[in-house]
Amino acid sequence: MMKPEISRRSALELIGGGVVTALLAGTFADVAKADAKMLAEAIKKAVGDGAMKEGKITLDLPEIAENGNTVPVGFSVESPMTEADYVKTVHLFAEKNPAADVASIHFTPASGVAKAALRIRMAGTQNVVAVAEMSDGTLYTAKKLVKVTIGGCGG
Amino acid sequence: MASKPRVRVPKKAKAGEIITIKSLISHKMETGQRKDKKSGEKIPRKIINKFVCTFNGKVVFSADWHPAVSANPYMSFSYKVMESGEFEFTWTDDDGKTVSKKAKIMVS
Amino acid sequence: MKRKALVLAGVGAAALAVPSVMTFAAEDFGKYQVGDTRSGYTFAKVETRAIQDDDFENPGMLWVEHGEEVWETVDGKAGKSCKSCHADASDTMKNVGSTYPVFAKDIGKLENVENRINRCRTDNMKAKPWKYDSRDMLGVVSYVKRQSFGQPMNVKIDGGAASWFKKGEEFYNQRRGQLDMACKHCHVDNAGNMIRANTLSQGQGNGFPTYRLKWQKPGSLHRRFRGCNKQVRAKPYKTGTDEYLALELYVMWRGQGLPVETPAVRN
Repeated sequence: MMKPEISRRSALELIGGGVVTALLAGTFADVAKADAKMLAEAIKKAVGDGAMKEGKITLDLPEIAENGNTVPVGFSVESPMTEADYVKTVHLFAEKNPAADVASIHFTPASGVAKAALRIRMAGTQNVVAVAEMSDGTLYTAKKLVKVTIGGCGG
Repeated sequence: MASKPRVRVPKKAKAGEIITIKSLISHKMETGQRKDKKSGEKIPRKIINKFVCTFNGKVVFSADWHPAVSANPYMSFSYKVMESGEFEFTWTDDDGKTVSKKAKIMVS
Repeated sequence: MKRKALVLAGVGAAALAVPSVMTFAAEDFGKYQVGDTRSGYTFAKVETRAIQDDDFENPGMLWVEHGEEVWETVDGKAGKSCKSCHADASDTMKNVGSTYPVFAKDIGKLENVENRINRCRTDNMKAKPWKYDSRDMLGVVSYVKRQSFGQPMNVKIDGGAASWFKKGEEFYNQRRGQLDMACKHCHVDNAGNMIRANTLSQGQGNGFPTYRLKWQKPGSLHRRFRGCNKQVRAKPYKTGTDEYLALELYVMWRGQGLPVETPAVRN
């Protein structure tokens, strides 16, 4: 039976590799944490820190965006859109952009339906997050991952 | 911001009909994040930060835009037509300048 | 530097060698395909096509409208506008987009729309020539080419244009730059294959000036040539020069039969 031999050098390399991997993992975790914190702060600034429910919002975004400079985004929110019950504002965020805020779209009962479309910039693959503020103050949220292709032929 | 904006509003609609309004304006939407390739200095932010639509003088739709809105911003949205009247669309730049466009609709 | 170039060449070759995972089933591209000739439209993602499809949503149309305004605006010492001589563009410019560049007998050389406009400005209007990719130039070129919207590309390559065509063809097939690649290596041999994250197209010119999402504005075909040349690490020529004029004629000829799409929308 062969005994696996580990020389001093390869052992050091293994340990070194482990440390580097751990450091990298730590860095990625920090970046992800920083993104989450920036997103949370942006949402808090926009709507306060009330509880958010999932649902009611439909986000229409490409799974893969051809170019991060111009990503078409459409959304709609279920609502009767009456004076008593309507969607006041839909806030859009992109968690990995230099700033998380993208746009805040303000509706009125005269809108008929809470539906809009625009084109946004996305700095890399990330979640687009929508938060809808209803006229009674309740909050709904939805998110969708968009892959942004980078690389290829510029010019 | 010496650009002529484009808006598309149907000329006629039935009372109670929900119409789609589309708008487009040429603007660089300079984010404030870019650096000048030659000087290396940051190019100051200059975007349209506000879009407002009124109908017969009353605000019916508006949007706050941040630098993440693409250049030559496009916005489409809905409106439930109840009476004939006039829309006015206004875009406001970071420097305070505004551009407006009007469109009439007839209810049959 | 040499090592970097070799690495780059390696990357380039590897990227090109990877075959596309997408197989193009018999998708019907309608007017955007003539025989084996396919518009860049057919290589674009559906979301990008949708932006072009609706004239209203197409941001390139902002430049067409600007061009229409400039067309009617008096400029230069002669006190003329484009309209003063050419009247209604929908009538007088209707075949320009599908037939340019053309051999101009009076100056004895090939001329594209940009250079023709600047000749008009300096000689007839006594106005300053525009920069090649300036807002006014892109506007008027877009407006003029738009008058041929939907017409099949039909450039002439005989007569005075023959020697230009030959030069353009040579340029197209000539290896250049640190990556040692010719136009044809991407746009003939590998059209439809992935180059890193993008799909290579046939490199057609029928949609220019094209609104590129990357540029966030329209740009000229010569600007695109410069981009391609830089990508293979070759020194690009200046826009409007004879080298690119000849190449423009060859590229437009490759797209014979495709509809004029100005302003197209591409990645």
